[in-house]
Amino acid sequence: MDEEYDVIVLGTGLTECILSGLLSVEGKKVLHIDRNDYYGGDSASLNLTQLYRKFRPNEAPPSELGRDRDYAVDLIPKFIIASGELTKILVHTDVTRYLEFKQIAGSFVYRDGKISKVPSTEMEAVKSPLMGLFEKRRAKKFFEFLQGWKDDDPATHQGIDLDRDSMKTVYEKFGLEPGTQDFIGHAMALYLDDDYITKPARPTYDRIILYTSSMARYGKSPYIYPLYGLGELPQSFARLSAIYGGTYMLDKHIDEIVTDVDGKFVGVSSGGETVKAKQVIGDPSYFGAGSTSESGAIRVVEVGKVVRAICFLKHPIPGTDDSDSLQIIIPQNQVGRRNDIYIAMVSSTHNVCAKDIYVAIVSTIVETDKPELEIAPGLNLLGPIHEKFLSISPLYQPTTLGDQDNIFITRSYDATSHFETVVEDVQDIWKRVMGAELVLKKREVEVQE
Amino acid sequence: MQTRKKPFREMPRGHSQTQTPHSLRCGSYHSTSTANMSKQFQFKLVLLGESAVGKSSLVLRFVKDQFDDYRESTIGAAFLTQTVTLEDQTTVKFEIWDTAGQERYKSLAPMYYRNANCAVVVYDITQTASLEKARTWIRELQRQADPSIVIALCGNKSDLSARRQVTEEEAKKYAEEEGLMWAETSAKTGEGVTEIFTAIAKKLPLTAPPSARAGGARPAGGAGSGVDLNRQSANAQGQNDACNC
Ligand SMILES: Cc1cc2nc3c(=O)[nH]c(=O)nc-3n(C[C@H](O)[C@H](O)[C@H](O)COP(=O)(O)OP(=O)(O)OC[C@H]3O[C@@H](n4cnc5c(N)ncnc54)[C@H](O)[C@@H]3O)c2cc1C
Ligand SMILES: Nc1nc2c(ncn2[C@@H]2O[C@H](COP(=O)(O)OP(=O)(O)OP(=O)(O)O)[C@@H](O)[C@H]2O)c(=O)[nH]1
Ligand SMILES: [Mg+2]
Repeated sequence: MDEEYDVIVLGTGLTECILSGLLSVEGKKVLHIDRNDYYGGDSASLNLTQLYRKFRPNEAPPSELGRDRDYAVDLIPKFIIASGELTKILVHTDVTRYLEFKQIAGSFVYRDGKISKVPSTEMEAVKSPLMGLFEKRRAKKFFEFLQGWKDDDPATHQGIDLDRDSMKTVYEKFGLEPGTQDFIGHAMALYLDDDYITKPARPTYDRIILYTSSMARYGKSPYIYPLYGLGELPQSFARLSAIYGGTYMLDKHIDEIVTDVDGKFVGVSSGGETVKAKQVIGDPSYFGAGSTSESGAIRVVEVGKVVRAICFLKHPIPGTDDSDSLQIIIPQNQVGRRNDIYIAMVSSTHNVCAKDIYVAIVSTIVETDKPELEIAPGLNLLGPIHEKFLSISPLYQPTTLGDQDNIFITRSYDATSHFETVVEDVQDIWKRVMGAELVLKKREVEVQE
Repeated sequence: MQTRKKPFREMPRGHSQTQTPHSLRCGSYHSTSTANMSKQFQFKLVLLGESAVGKSSLVLRFVKDQFDDYRESTIGAAFLTQTVTLEDQTTVKFEIWDTAGQERYKSLAPMYYRNANCAVVVYDITQTASLEKARTWIRELQRQADPSIVIALCGNKSDLSARRQVTEEEAKKYAEEEGLMWAETSAKTGEGVTEIFTAIAKKLPLTAPPSARAGGARPAGGAGSGVDLNRQSANAQGQNDACNC
């Protein structure tokens, strides 16, 4: 470990792995370290042994659950939006060659005690049980308006200015009921709370279009998912990095982040050795998150908590046409909360568990001191729960930008149901580390003579 | 081929020696009948073993019939393909994955060997410790890889038998106990190299399609049941249901 690197990356979560892959392709000399003996950090997918070691250290996995190797249980529930930013990175870096994706079979929303498919086109709106006859007509007009919108054609604007008018104004123009606003804002635009309503309509418009175009891409839902679990994503970016010269060390404990007298990053020390680098990127757990005895600089702060319950079921979720995979969104208004509750479910179709097991994760942002009670409306939709693994994870954010000390800290994985915010974090850190925007260019493959 | 000076070389595209239909690239198990009724198969083969046992050298010998006395440790993976033609004119195309150096600090991602149809686990006959390492890899494969994977244990550097530390008997006995193929090779002289790959080609299940898991995780193109991200919004109206069950 005596060499000097351009960048040391700590933690092999998806954010860190995308960054080290892209940095290595760019020609940076990268050393990537994780304290765990597996890839993925907080975004890992665990086999049964690892899952029990983490949640029930004193218990062996019951043999009736089947073979260890058949399991890849995600720690964070997220899906990939088919036309979203992560897909672009996957395609541009060509890591798609290491992965196979399948669709998520359905996207559902909870309304008045029942779950229904999210209608995403005017045709589906007309068929949806979510709306009465007159509301359907209004929703149809609303979708036609969105689909027809052209920035440079005022005739398509119907008097609306997306950059100035609030979403409230748009909803009112089409006379949409609160329940309809709920599924549009939460199940399509994927907002976690209602703050968007009073803001300009443009971002909401963009999000709805992203949803509908992703939906149109493969047909069943706007989401895709990698076979063998989300943990395959960091691993494939790690391979990309390694192919471009990145050095990988798992199962390596970091004792200290070494800085000089001005607090600037020097290197990391492990087992009495110090490896030097110009910059360090890492997840919050390497920078004092969660430790009580942190002396010196406070580098990360807690900004909230997410509660997640990983549930093993022995049946598909009732009322979903036996979908092998799905997302259900419970909009906050429906259950008197400030934040939505999400359910993400995958199964053996995605090679993440034994046959006839369904893995559902119920999650939300913690609002009270009884987090498990908060997700009860989600748990109640699942039917009998065979095994449940509950976790409450603090969300951390860096306190500094890294421009002073060359220490760049990523954010915890948030409560959103997709990876768009992960990519935002990647882009943001890239810009700070490299001093330029991340531009995705197609990797050139050197052809061997 | 690879040195520290040239920081990386990710694999040549289209390196196969025989001309194969383009569709072969997508998906790991295809059989295509050509005019003379011969069959073509494609399999993912991974190399495992301690650093410096000669993994990359074996591939270089097999694919290009070359050897380099001063090979540096692999930085970057050489992804290569090579086709073996069997006596009945069946051709087996190997997609050969090298480790990209990730194994050096016990950091190989399970993704690497997850969908492998075959694995060549290499040790150096002049280093007892390298056989121990090979045993570790074999245990890992038996635990985590697809049960149908074909594993070959390969004792390399047979040209250095004067310095031998691992006897043929010892390795062979272990291989028999574990149900592995076994051979000694020399990437330097070429001895045994083509033979072991050909033997693997023969051993691979060329008749029955593999289980759903084996070699599943490849961009499936039109062939499988997955979605192909490289195909840009092909079906705008989403009538793709048939392809996703
Ligand atoms: C299991 C497996 C792993 C692979 N890993 C790598 C790798 O790590 N690095 C690498 O460079 N190549 C990789 N490839 C691709 C491989 O190098 C070529 O596909 C192969 O050499 C055959 O080329 P071809 O002549 O059939 O296709 P070509 O005629 O060379 O390719 C046709 C077009 O498809 C594109 N293309 C080819 N393969 C892929 C792919 N896998 N994903 C996206 N677009 C593709 C090419 O850019 C080209 O535009 C892998 C292929 C397989 C099956
Ligand atoms: N005499 C002899 N030397 C060999 C043979 N095969 C490889 N070597 C030498 O052993 C050294 C290591 O070979 P590599 O092919 O780089 O080994 P590797 O397993 O790919 O090593 P890593 O990439 O570090 O994991 C090189 O100096 C080779 O020239 C062989 O069959 N005989
Ligand atoms: Mg090598």
